Amino acid sequence: MRDSNIRMFTRRDFLKVGATGAFVLASVRLGRSQPVPSHRDGVMDAPALDAGAREVLAAIVPVMLAGALPADRSARSERTAATIDGVDHAVAGLPAHAQRDLRDLFTLLGFAPTRWLLARVRRPWREAPEREVAAFLESWRASGWALKQQAYQAFHELVFAAYYADSESWPDIGYPGPPVLD
Amino acid sequence: MYPDPIEQGLARGWKVIDASRLVRDLVLEADVAIVGTGAGGGVTAEILGAAGLSIVMLEEGPLKSTRDFHMLEAEAYRQLYQESASRKTLDNAISILQGRCVGGSTTVNWTSSFRTPPATLAYWQREFGLGALSGDGLLPRFEMMERRLSIAPWHVAPNANNELLRRGAERLGISTGVVRRNVRGCLDLGYCGMGCPTNAKQSMLVTTLPAALERGATLVTRARVQRLARRDERALQIEASGLAAGGIEAGTSRVIVRARHYVLAAGAIGSPAILQRSGVPDPGQLVGARTFLHPTMISAAFLPERVNGYAGAPQALYSDHFLDDVAIDGPIGFKLEVAPLHPVLFGMTLPGFAARHAELMREFSRAQVVLALMRDGFNAESPGGIVGLRRDGSPVLAYPISEFIWRGARRALLAMAEIQFAAGARKVYPVHEDAEGYSSWRAAKAGIERLAMKPRVARVVSAHVMGGCGMADDPRRGVVGVSGRHFHVENLSVHDGSVFPTSLGANPQLSIYALAARNASLLARELTGRPAPVVA
Ligand SMILES: Cc1cc2nc3c(=O)[nH]c(=O)nc-3n(C[C@H](O)[C@H](O)[C@H](O)COP(=O)(O)OP(=O)(O)OC[C@H]3O[C@@H](n4cnc5c(N)ncnc54)[C@H](O)[C@@H]3O)c2cc1C
Ligand code: SF4
Repeated sequence: MRDSNIRMFTRRDFLKVGATGAFVLASVRLGRSQPVPSHRDGVMDAPALDAGAREVLAAIVPVMLAGALPADRSARSERTAATIDGVDHAVAGLPAHAQRDLRDLFTLLGFAPTRWLLARVRRPWREAPEREVAAFLESWRASGWALKQQAYQAFHELVFAAYYADSESWPDIGYPGPPVLD
Repeated sequence: MYPDPIEQGLARGWKVIDASRLVRDLVLEADVAIVGTGAGGGVTAEILGAAGLSIVMLEEGPLKSTRDFHMLEAEAYRQLYQESASRKTLDNAISILQGRCVGGSTTVNWTSSFRTPPATLAYWQREFGLGALSGDGLLPRFEMMERRLSIAPWHVAPNANNELLRRGAERLGISTGVVRRNVRGCLDLGYCGMGCPTNAKQSMLVTTLPAALERGATLVTRARVQRLARRDERALQIEASGLAAGGIEAGTSRVIVRARHYVLAAGAIGSPAILQRSGVPDPGQLVGARTFLHPTMISAAFLPERVNGYAGAPQALYSDHFLDDVAIDGPIGFKLEVAPLHPVLFGMTLPGFAARHAELMREFSRAQVVLALMRDGFNAESPGGIVGLRRDGSPVLAYPISEFIWRGARRALLAMAEIQFAAGARKVYPVHEDAEGYSSWRAAKAGIERLAMKPRVARVVSAHVMGGCGMADDPRRGVVGVSGRHFHVENLSVHDGSVFPTSLGANPQLSIYALAARNASLLARELTGRPAPVVA
C-alpha cells in the first residue's frame, strides 16, 4: 500500500539535466580526486562552499554586479568578497537538496573539461577575462537548455540577494533602510 | 521598544519546547495534536483550547517574535520563510513564498483580508458538493474571525505604489476597491513581510497562539513532523524529528505525540507531504494533486517621481475587474494588487545582470509594481500541480504551466502595462527575461504580444499555495469532507489552505481562518459533547 501511493521525484527530475548532463556529472564525480566536504549538520554557518566554488564566484560576482559595484578598486574588491561571503551564508541556510544541487553545479564548473564544454571558459576561473565570463552568463541566461537556465537563475538570485541585503548597497539605489522605531 | 507578547508569555511559564535542543526523545500526550501553527493551526488551537481540550502543537519553524523583527530582509527570509524564501516548483519555473516559523505564513503575510468570493463557493457547491459553505454558510465564521483579528477596511491614505494602481485603473474605467486588513494600531510602515515589529498585525503569532498557550497548550518548535503512525482506520501517534542546531535539517532527537485526534495544518505542500510520507490510504491518488498557486505575473513601472514602494501598508487597493469580466470557468481571470518593494526581492526579481540590472536598481525608489494573481483550478486546462517527495522525503511541487495559463499571463502583462502607462509611468518592464523596457502603451502592446511565454523566461511567482488535500462530499473527489475530516482515517482532520478544491480568486488567509473556525468548532463539539466556544 505504502509505496504505491507515493509519487517519488528523483534528483534527476529536479535538475532536469537529461542524459548528457547526468553522464557528465557522473564522470566528474568519478574523476574527482578529493571528496567535496559534505554538509555538516548542525554547524551553523560552517562554510557551505569549498575553495573551488568560491573561485567560480570570484569570477562571476564582479561581472554580475558590473555597474553596481563601486568604481574604487579596493572598495570594489571588499564588496566582492563580502558578496561571496553573503552567498556562502545564504547557501548554508538552504535545505540539503538545494545545497547538493549547487555543489554539483560548482563541481561541474570547477572541472576544466566541463568548464570548457558547458561554459566555454578556456582558462581557470581566476584568470578568466571578464568578457568571457559575461558571455558565459549571457549564453546560459538565454539558453534553451533547462539546466543552464536554472543554473544561471540560481547565480542571479544568490548574487543579487547577497549584494542588496547589505546596507552598503542601499545609498546607490535610494533606499533609506528601515525606519527607526522608538 | 514595543512589548514582546511572546517574551512576556514565556516569562509567565508558557509551555514551549525547542526540539532542536532536546537531548533525549520526547513523548507527549494530549486530547488533540495540531501540526503547523499558521492560519489553520492557530485558529484551531485557540478554539479547541477554549473548549477545554488539552493541546500539543508541533511547528517546524522557529519561534521568532517582536524583538527579533528588525525589518531586515537579510534576516527575515532565512529565519521566517520556507527554504529561505527560495522555494520553487520542480522545474524552477515558479518561485513560492511560504512562511516557516511560529505563526506560519501569517507572521510574514501582507495582511490583505478577503472573504471567499461567492462565485468560488458556488463553483464548489456545483462541482464538489460543498453546499454547506455556500450562501450564508460561512457568514458567522467570517464575522467571528473578522472581530477576532480586527479586520477592517484600511483607513489610511494608500501609499503611492497603491495609489498609482487606482489612478491608472480609474483613467481606464476600471474599478478598484479598498483592501481590508487584520491590523490594530498599524503604523503604516510597510514591513509586514519581515514580521511586524509593532505587534500591529493580528497574525496568529500575537492572537490565537498566545490565547492557546495562556490556557496551557504545549508548543514544540523546530519539530518536523515526519509521519503519522496508524492502525487501520485510526491514527496512533505523530512522529517528528527535532531539527539539528542549524534549524534546517532533521537532527537525531525524536518527538512522539499521542492524541485522541490529529489535525494537520502544515499548509499546502506541507500537509499532503505528511500524508504521503505516512502512506495514508489514497485510492484515488488525490493527495497532493490539484495544488494551486494563483500563479502571479509581475509588471514593474518607473515613474518620474519617487514612489518609495518600501514604505506604507503593502496592499491598500485592488481590482477584481479582470476576474469579473470572464466566466469563472472561462479564460483564466486575475486579481490585480501591488507588491511592497524591498531591495533583495526587487533585485532578485528584475531580470538580467550587469549594466541592465544596475540601471534599473538605481531607479528603485521610482519603481511601482503591479501583480496579477491568476485564478487557477476552475477549468480542465488548469488542473494545478502535484506535490511529490524527493528521495530525502522533502516535498516538491510539480506545476506544469499550461497554454491556457500562459494565455492569461499575456493578457495580465498587457492589462498591467496599460494601467501603469495610464498612471503616468515613463517606462514599463513586464518581468520577463526577454522584455526590454517599453516607453509607451503602444510599444508595450506590440512587444508583449510577441514575448515568448515559456517557463523560466516569463517570470511567475506565488505566495498563495492552496489545495492538495481537497475537500468534497465524496471520497472519489476529495481527500477530506466539508468538515475537514479525512475520508479514510477517522481521527484525522486537515484544517489549512490545502483543503481548497480550487484556488480562491482572492488572498487566502480569511478563507482559511473562517473554515478552520467552522471545522474546529464542529470538532470541539464532537470531542467535548458541549457547544463550541465563541472566541470573539
Ligand atoms: C509573503 C506572503 C504574503 C502574503 N500575503 C497575504 C495577504 O496579504 N493576504 C492573505 O490572505 N494571504 C496572504 N498570504 C498567504 C497566507 O498567509 C497563507 O495562505 C496562509 O497563511 C496559509 O495558511 P495555512 O494554515 O495553510 O499555512 P501556513 O500559514 O503557511 O502555516 C503552515 C505551517 O506549518 C508548518 N509546517 C509545514 N510542514 C511541517 C511539518 N512537516 N512539521 C511541522 N510543521 C510544519 C510551517 O512551518 C508553517 O509554519 C501571504 C503569504 C506570504 C508568504
Ligand atoms: S505596516 Fe503595520 S502591520 Fe505591517 S509591519 Fe508595519 S506596523 Fe506592522
